[in-house]
Amino acid sequence: MARVVVDVMLKPEILDPQGKAVEGALGRLGLTGVSAVRQGKTFTLELDGDLDEARLAQVHELAGSLLSNPVIEDYVIRETSA
Amino acid sequence: MRIGVVTFPGSLDDQDAARAVRIAGGEAVALWHGDADLHGVDAVVLPGGFSYGDYLRCGAIARFAPVMGPLVDAANGGLPVLGICNGFQVLCESHLLPGALVRNDHLHFICRDQKLRIESTDTAWTSSYEVGQEIVVPLKNGEGGYVADEKTLDLLEGQGRVVARYLDLNPNGSRRDIAGISNARGNVVGLMPHPEHAVEALTGPTTDGLGFFTSILKGLVEAS
Repeated sequence: MARVVVDVMLKPEILDPQGKAVEGALGRLGLTGVSAVRQGKTFTLELDGDLDEARLAQVHELAGSLLSNPVIEDYVIRETSA
Repeated sequence: MRIGVVTFPGSLDDQDAARAVRIAGGEAVALWHGDADLHGVDAVVLPGGFSYGDYLRCGAIARFAPVMGPLVDAANGGLPVLGICNGFQVLCESHLLPGALVRNDHLHFICRDQKLRIESTDTAWTSSYEVGQEIVVPLKNGEGGYVADEKTLDLLEGQGRVVARYLDLNPNGSRRDIAGISNARGNVVGLMPHPEHAVEALTGPTTDGLGFFTSILKGLVEAS
């Protein structure tokens, strides 16, 4: 079994109002010195069998089409041990 | 003239869109998300709502619905398509229109009667208006902020593809007050506000929205 983690973040130039709201809440709860908060998404894919090159390429393709919108988001793929 | 209205799981405004088509004098044809067939319609409306619960991103899952395959091909071939609100988000996710819709900059869901200025009448859906005409139609969205890179925004402005702009107040942080855009050919239009809710005096703030539906019907009649 293989595990692939896809992290999706808004591109730096895209305003993240949710991150801003969290930043405000952190300050209100006493955490000082927070200069920025960005909120993203993490997808954990549990895959049966081994992760060969073809399947990894498929994951990349879907990470860039379904899981993220390349107009506003970047993604990073990590393989981790299941 | 037969105008298809697609229903996705979670579509809300499909009935109002169909009613607007009928009030404008057209025949509304219900299209189903799981049916990869446009049933020979002359144009399509992608209605507002929360397709697939807005999960993942607004419109991101609807984009891969079976009906979208033939729809994208037909739109690229010139079929008139109007995406309203969630429909606009689906058109952007499908890359039929550039840019994306993101969460409102103030984080609140907004519902108000919104003043717009029609900026382009060179589209299949706005030919009944005058350039510069001001209209009031309902607006209701949580993720209606239109974003695109500066180059794309300049291209849209330069080619006259900004179809409508917010007046008086920018309700969601949209870049350059953009409320709606078209593709280069003008057959595909995406609009965040809801013209289908402003087609008769009993239920709408105005009847200003009717022009989108009379535009397409007039255009189709003239073309036939």
